[in-house]
Amino acid sequence: MTAQTDVAAQMAIELRGIDKRFGPVHANKYIDLKVEQGTIHGIVGENGAGKSTLMSIIYGFYEADEGDILIDGQVTKISDSKIAIASGIGMVHQHFMLIQNMTALENVVLGAERGIMLNDSMKHAREVLERLSKEYSLEVPLDTPVEQLSVGLQQRIEILKALYRGAKILILDEPTGVLTPQETEHLFKVLASLKEQGTTVIMITHKLQEIMAATDNVSVMRRGEMVAHVKTSETSREQLAELMVGRKVLLRVEKGEAAPKDALLEVSNLSWTAPDGVLKLDDVNLNVRAGEIVGIAGVSGNGQSELLDVLSGIKQVQKGEVKVNGHVIDKSHPLTPSEVRAIKVGHIPEDRHRMGLVNSFAADEAFILGYHRLPQYNGKVFSLRNEITKDCAEKMEKWDVRPQDPNLKTANFSGGNQQKLVIAREMEQDPDVLLVGQPTRGVDIGAIESIHNRIIDMRDAGKAVLLVSVELEEIMSLADRILVMFDGKVVGEVPASVANEQILGLMMANIVPDEVKALQKEAQA
Amino acid sequence: MSQPRVPGWIYVVVIPLVNILLASLAAGLLFWYLDINPLQAVATMAYGAFGDSYGLGYTLYYTTSFIFTGLAVAVAFHCGLFNIGGEGQAYIGALGVGIVCLTLGGKIPLLLLLPISIIAAGAFGALWALIPAWLQAYRGSHIVITTIMFNFIASALMGYLLIEVFKPPGSMSVESAIFPESSWIPKVHDVAALVGLDLQRSPLNLSIVWALLSAVGVYYFVWQTRWGYEIRATGQNSGAAEYAGIHLGKTVVLAMLVSGMLAGFFALNVVQGEAHQIKLSLVNGMGFTGIAVALMGRNHPFGIVLASLLFGFLYQGGGELQFEFGVDPRIIVVLQGLVILFSGALEKMMKHPIERLYLKYFYRPTTTDAAEA
Amino acid sequence: MEAFNSLILILDATLRVATPLIFAALAGMFSERTGIVNIALEGKILASAFAGAAAAYVTNSPWMGLLAGVMVSVVFAWMHAFATVTHNGDHVVSGMAINILAAGLTAALGNFWFRQGGNTPNLVDPFNDIDARFTPITFPFADQIADVPIIGGIYSELLSGHFLLVYIALLAVPVCWFVMFRTRFGLRMRAVGENPSAVDTAGISVTGMRYLSLTICGVLAGLAGVYLSVAVTAQFLPNMSAGKGYMALAALIFGKWHPRGALLACLMFGVLQAIADRSQGASLGGFSIPVQAIEALPYILTVILLAGFIGKSIPPKAIGKPYVKERE
Repeated sequence: MTAQTDVAAQMAIELRGIDKRFGPVHANKYIDLKVEQGTIHGIVGENGAGKSTLMSIIYGFYEADEGDILIDGQVTKISDSKIAIASGIGMVHQHFMLIQNMTALENVVLGAERGIMLNDSMKHAREVLERLSKEYSLEVPLDTPVEQLSVGLQQRIEILKALYRGAKILILDEPTGVLTPQETEHLFKVLASLKEQGTTVIMITHKLQEIMAATDNVSVMRRGEMVAHVKTSETSREQLAELMVGRKVLLRVEKGEAAPKDALLEVSNLSWTAPDGVLKLDDVNLNVRAGEIVGIAGVSGNGQSELLDVLSGIKQVQKGEVKVNGHVIDKSHPLTPSEVRAIKVGHIPEDRHRMGLVNSFAADEAFILGYHRLPQYNGKVFSLRNEITKDCAEKMEKWDVRPQDPNLKTANFSGGNQQKLVIAREMEQDPDVLLVGQPTRGVDIGAIESIHNRIIDMRDAGKAVLLVSVELEEIMSLADRILVMFDGKVVGEVPASVANEQILGLMMANIVPDEVKALQKEAQA
Repeated sequence: MSQPRVPGWIYVVVIPLVNILLASLAAGLLFWYLDINPLQAVATMAYGAFGDSYGLGYTLYYTTSFIFTGLAVAVAFHCGLFNIGGEGQAYIGALGVGIVCLTLGGKIPLLLLLPISIIAAGAFGALWALIPAWLQAYRGSHIVITTIMFNFIASALMGYLLIEVFKPPGSMSVESAIFPESSWIPKVHDVAALVGLDLQRSPLNLSIVWALLSAVGVYYFVWQTRWGYEIRATGQNSGAAEYAGIHLGKTVVLAMLVSGMLAGFFALNVVQGEAHQIKLSLVNGMGFTGIAVALMGRNHPFGIVLASLLFGFLYQGGGELQFEFGVDPRIIVVLQGLVILFSGALEKMMKHPIERLYLKYFYRPTTTDAAEA
Repeated sequence: MEAFNSLILILDATLRVATPLIFAALAGMFSERTGIVNIALEGKILASAFAGAAAAYVTNSPWMGLLAGVMVSVVFAWMHAFATVTHNGDHVVSGMAINILAAGLTAALGNFWFRQGGNTPNLVDPFNDIDARFTPITFPFADQIADVPIIGGIYSELLSGHFLLVYIALLAVPVCWFVMFRTRFGLRMRAVGENPSAVDTAGISVTGMRYLSLTICGVLAGLAGVYLSVAVTAQFLPNMSAGKGYMALAALIFGKWHPRGALLACLMFGVLQAIADRSQGASLGGFSIPVQAIEALPYILTVILLAGFIGKSIPPKAIGKPYVKERE
């Protein structure tokens, strides 16, 4: 940072008024950004804040609708990745762009060959890589298929790929999401040495302590907008958390005091490992009592989806135990999703398109998904279509699903009405335990209020509600107790009365503030 | 998220029609090249296929076959599976029919034998679909490849059985003995004669009734039962099916069993109804025609019956073209290929242009759309 | 000696039978390695067999036949690419469309042009001065040493006396291997079939790669077809591909999408076919094995392989999936 004192710093990259829409979604709203040469620049923001879209625009994967990109002060039109690469931009995507059954060497050479024959390219690449990996401590086995390497090593290959192509600006999208703490530490050393050599690094993340540890400057994005640019040395995690989440107007939800009774859902020592070996749930303990809403906050991808899947029977319990309404589910007593429904567990899935609905089905068919084998909908052989339609029509009226047409294709309802259909389906079966994932994702404001009220009604009717949401305001306005998940673990618990954006924001970044620690100690004592 | 809406009829009626039109246009060009006036050709075909009870009989006879193979493809399609093994399943279905007719024929009355042969045709066809289905459901082997392989295995197996088991001693040609006459499915012209209706002889037999019943049955099975519901859910959105507690493996096997059964029924028409013996390559590509029929009929039984009628017309009319213009009757295979090409492979080609055209000239934004955007 | 002679004869026949399979399997490899499922090999073989024979007859030159056959096969491959790559059509449906179109067009055009029930006229017809068939190549001294024991059999009978295309097929295997594993094009091609987004972000056109690969696929499938009609049969007969495209696909899967594996599988299938053609079955320890069982064996083995019971044949990861740039 010494160069800054004498002249205005050189900008490696500058964005002016970058604007991008996907249909009705306004992903980037007139973004301005300046990244100084030879610095590490962090970009933080919640999920869906538009960070990845912005980086994809810089890398030429999408084209901006409006605005200019300046590289080294020159306006550059980046219409595809080839131009980005030629302009000295390298990108390490969140999901690595590697060919799994090829070696590191082949992956690096791909697209940057020196001629028709590979031999020469390979020899050259090997020499360069050996030099680069020594210089930046990026050692990787060059001749092992990538699929046999750890994610940490795969990421090194991605960085080497960019450097081999002569990247002067390196963009990393959520680079630490899949790394162990040791690997993360190493990565930051690598980035620091890259910076020393004059490379500019842009790092996208939602982890605040990493921003503090690794960056020089930081920009904050919120809901498609760039809301702040600050020097890392002049800010704090608390300030960043606040900027990131924003002081949002709380949606008012009328609700009285919770009157919790016995625990209906008890989860003890639950762990779950994905087929690719990643530990998604790490010794989770929680309980939900009748008559309360327990919220699970966290940046998405920290195990919330897996938790819902395991609790609803879609994924099998591998370790630990789930107790629902007195029934024990564990490795030796697995239950299928229909069996879980039979013990009165409802499940509003996080993603209605992937799970909750079948787009080509008529509304009444979607309305019985998961309950399609219930006796009230079936005769001996044939489904009781008239009953189903009638039932659906009644519920549509009760839940104000519009248009009130049970024969309309599910795809033709608006997001809010689709969601109401799913919620009506699950709540009308009168479950004792209700699992709710992202209840208002992609739902218009009008519908949000009524959905929230229904969830409160369930609580007041003595049901146990587990609510997963990445919307902090939703969690804060609905939940009675809030658990925060990070990296498959429950970081801590906060009563709703104490919770605010700042506390939750910190916990979402795996930092437990002192006041919460004190509360937890108190609770233990 | 919702885009300005294009009404359903654009997808159900306009786009399929445009695709068929393109196929006809391409076919017309071919006819024109072959020195045949396309319109005259259509007239000739229409006369040949519908002009008298003889032609109509043939047309409906082919229609019957296509209804079975088309329904077979469609049921698998609803489960997201591409069953191109209809050819083999129909062939093995013939084995079932043959065994029943050769062992029980002449010993028990037709009314008793018919249910048994129907079950045998369906069961044998289903059995031939079972292994590919199981391998797809539980071992992840791609059903397209395994069903292709099973077509060839079926034809080798049938070749062996015809030579070693079914060929009557002393006979030179590779085919089974003729079934006892009492096991034949009655011809429509014979039945018509009973009520005093005089129809020309044709291969059309009462299997057509079973074909139509099957179409109705498939409709009810797919849209009016919980099993059909599960099949469609699995085919449309396997994530949602899993969420709903539907067992994906069992559903895949069920859909393929039904599909194989329908393909097996093909043998009722061609073997028990017309040939009255098992022959080599008796399916002769009609299993593949089922794909075109299903694509054109948009996998709906009603559409499939219509498409079968169209292909029946093409098959019978195509034969007529030969007499009239000296063209090879296999020209209809070209039409079939064009239909699959335009209605299937290039299905998306016209979608965007037509959508855009509609939105540009016919679309009026309504208040609800505006509110959503 | 008797056994040796029949062994030589069977191996000799194996080469003849395996040649179109080798071409077609390599053709399929280029397409499937870039992610395009290819059940359309059958149609491409048939179309090129017809075009080859027709052009050879009309021009009285096997070489013009070769050119025409390959060109027609390439056109079909482009049609395949147009449907699957440009319009993201279903790979299997478009493959079926091509197979059926080829079957219909060859019959209809053949009958229109030559009026012989869909056949082309014989390519060897001394009365009309027609000699448009490829002639077998006899190695030097093959005749002279034919009677030398062992060596004569191997040299004169097994190695010598095949059509040029047989040797080209055998040569094509190492060439394709080289292209796939030692050239820039091969690297990119293999990458497209595994992870098209990675290729796209590396600045390479996925569409371009797929079109190019399908073009090569067309050329190789064309050679298979031309071999059948212009070399072996000296005439086109309707449906003369007789499932060879599907068998080549099986060989490709059996050979795990690798040139060497595919070659071995083609030779194995070829041996089985040669045995089946030569005899009315074989016997094994007193049991007689019916000829149909030998014919079906390639398909049965492929199914067993696909089921994962004997090793695992893992297809390219992105096979059958259209590449659409998606928003996260």
